[in-house]
Amino acid sequence: MTARGTGALMSVTYEIVAGDFVRAGEAASKLKRVLQQLGLDPTIIRRAAIATYEAEMNIVIHSYGGHISVDITCDSIEILCEDSGPGIPDIEKALQEGYSTASEDVREMGFGAGMGLPNIRRSADDFSIESRIGQGTRLQVRILHRAGE
Amino acid sequence: MQLQAIIEALSLSACEEPVENSEVRGGYCSDLLSDVMGKAAPRSIWVTNQAHPNVIAVASLIDAAAVIIAGGIQLEAGTMQKAREMAIPVFATDMPAFEVVGRLYELGVRGTVRGV
Ligand SMILES: Nc1ncnc2c1ncn2[C@@H]1O[C@H](COP(=O)(O)OP(=O)(O)OP(=O)(O)O)[C@@H](O)[C@H]1O
Ligand SMILES: [Mg+2]
Repeated sequence: MTARGTGALMSVTYEIVAGDFVRAGEAASKLKRVLQQLGLDPTIIRRAAIATYEAEMNIVIHSYGGHISVDITCDSIEILCEDSGPGIPDIEKALQEGYSTASEDVREMGFGAGMGLPNIRRSADDFSIESRIGQGTRLQVRILHRAGE
Repeated sequence: MQLQAIIEALSLSACEEPVENSEVRGGYCSDLLSDVMGKAAPRSIWVTNQAHPNVIAVASLIDAAAVIIAGGIQLEAGTMQKAREMAIPVFATDMPAFEVVGRLYELGVRGTVRGV
């Protein structure tokens, strides 16, 4: 984790390693702690934790690795997830509940319900996803909040 | 309902000791992690057959009151370590998930669903 000096109240970046199922979830857990320390509303924290966890798992499972950068401003949480990887050929399809290309091995661990991206979309006030085949995926989530409320 | 009362009624042995006065407000049963993530309400007791460390990360993120790993499934060593680190009470039992959920229901624990 590194802290950057921007106009945001706080900025953090987490590196996500592909295939590391033991550390997977740590970025979301660390972000949750940061948001708790900032005194944000538990419902807002929950939404940010869900979105970050699902994006983190998608990087672990479906990409070759990437990072998640979060800017917390006085009225929003901006979560940017970038990975290098195969990309998503059909984003519309990937957003459908139940659609998954997860392998049998990861399904046995309880991943691959095809609910990650739908969970992210439901958690977000703004959501955008861009992907380039053979290069990677970029996911942006904005959650609005009012600091200290 | 208090977690301690559930532990006694179901004779659960702790893999990770619960914090005192831990309150359980409902239950959720699923082996699909994204399903749990999106739907389980805070302070739920989560019944699952998954036993790997990421279960603890999910439990912590959704503020689960405890995790019961049913069906006599052997916990991975990393799961216990993570549970200690994150202070999540985890119990492993030989009872199948159906039995665990039935007993919890009998005790008055109800299924809770909360949208994102
Ligand atoms: N970062 C990514 N890189 C490449 N493909 C991705 C990425 N994220 C999602 N996908 C594709 O979109 C599909 C749907 O993603 P989603 O998170 O909704 O479900 P899942 O990861 O398969 O299962 P779940 O999240 O329920 O465990 C994935 O199966 C995968 O094909
Ligand atoms: Mg996913």
